[in-house]
Amino acid sequence: MNKNMKILIVDDFSTMRRIIKNLLRDLGFTNTEEADDGSTALPMLQSGNFDFLVTDWNMPQMTGIELLRAVRADDRLKHLPVLMVTAEAKRDQIIEAAQAGVNGYVVKPFTAQALQDKIEKIFERVNG
Amino acid sequence: MLAILGLAVTRDENTQDRLLRAVQERAADLQASLAENDWAGATALIDQLADIRNQALYDEVACLTQTLHSTLLDLQLDAGNPHTEEVSQIDDASERLHYVLKMTEKAANDTMDLVESSAPLINYISYEAQSLTADWQRFTRREMPLNEFKELARRVEAFLLRSLHDSDQISGHLNDILLAQSFQDLTGQVIKRVTELIGYVDESLLRMGNMARSVDQVAGIEHDQAALQQGNKMQQSRSRGEGPQIRADKAEDIVSDQVDVDDLLSSLGL
Repeated sequence: MNKNMKILIVDDFSTMRRIIKNLLRDLGFTNTEEADDGSTALPMLQSGNFDFLVTDWNMPQMTGIELLRAVRADDRLKHLPVLMVTAEAKRDQIIEAAQAGVNGYVVKPFTAQALQDKIEKIFERVNG
Repeated sequence: MLAILGLAVTRDENTQDRLLRAVQERAADLQASLAENDWAGATALIDQLADIRNQALYDEVACLTQTLHSTLLDLQLDAGNPHTEEVSQIDDASERLHYVLKMTEKAANDTMDLVESSAPLINYISYEAQSLTADWQRFTRREMPLNEFKELARRVEAFLLRSLHDSDQISGHLNDILLAQSFQDLTGQVIKRVTELIGYVDESLLRMGNMARSVDQVAGIEHDQAALQQGNKMQQSRSRGEGPQIRADKAEDIVSDQVDVDDLLSSLGL
């Protein structure tokens, strides 16, 4: 796995962005950027050569599921691996995210191990 | 006004029952009047019934507005209240919750600041201890020339001094992390008070809902429930998300942990 890959962290709570950023740094990923909403994340993704997207679901303007759909609908972004890290825990929602093309789904509150496992699994599949 | 005063006395009797009793009492007389073609008598009876029905309606409406006023007064929301410059209880609750938001955010950030400034100190101790251990083992195996040992002794001393200093600092950070958790006491108190207010508002709204229903019954009004539901602003689109599930163990359509999520995803081939 390329530890220099560029990762976008999207969450409306700055503390959660900071936690994810710290956990990613612990795993050796230091090339991270942040956005506080899907609506600000999408233009960043479209112009920023990101390799990986970690997004929350529940955000004020554009939600994570809408961002995921926008990413999958964009020809240049549709293969971008997306990990959802969210408190949304209804079975229907997880199925909805899977159908929209999410690569991994972590429910909050989560552990560092769960985050690491999902990231490794995603890149095993993407590279495999 | 008389209606309101009368109301206090007769409130224990159900208005609708009273109305029903009045109609039953006069039904036979009304039929008799109609059978005898006594039009004036029948009209008088119908007028009486209409008066009783109107009175019942006034009583119910008066009761409803009285409850509404006393509730608004309790919540300090009443526009006619001379004390409206006082902040309303709902505004006060919003402010309190905003305080909780600020306090929890500050505690989280303070804690993360302290963890982030402790991490490099611990990393240094771990890194340098590893490197010194390797050299120390060379020394105990007598594989180290004297000039290198002098250098090793100097590094060990520097390491010990720095460890002393850094462990003091880390211990200070740990104490500060502990103190940062005191937000829980303060926010807990605030949340308790807001929960009490919500309980009171819920009770008041329920009481007013029941009174409004009794006005509807007396007046014979039926509302279009479907149209009322449609106007419900709280019903949001699903893509908005629902937030954290607080009863994951009691609901079947909610996953209880990450293992559940993984099972569900693998059943979908992910």
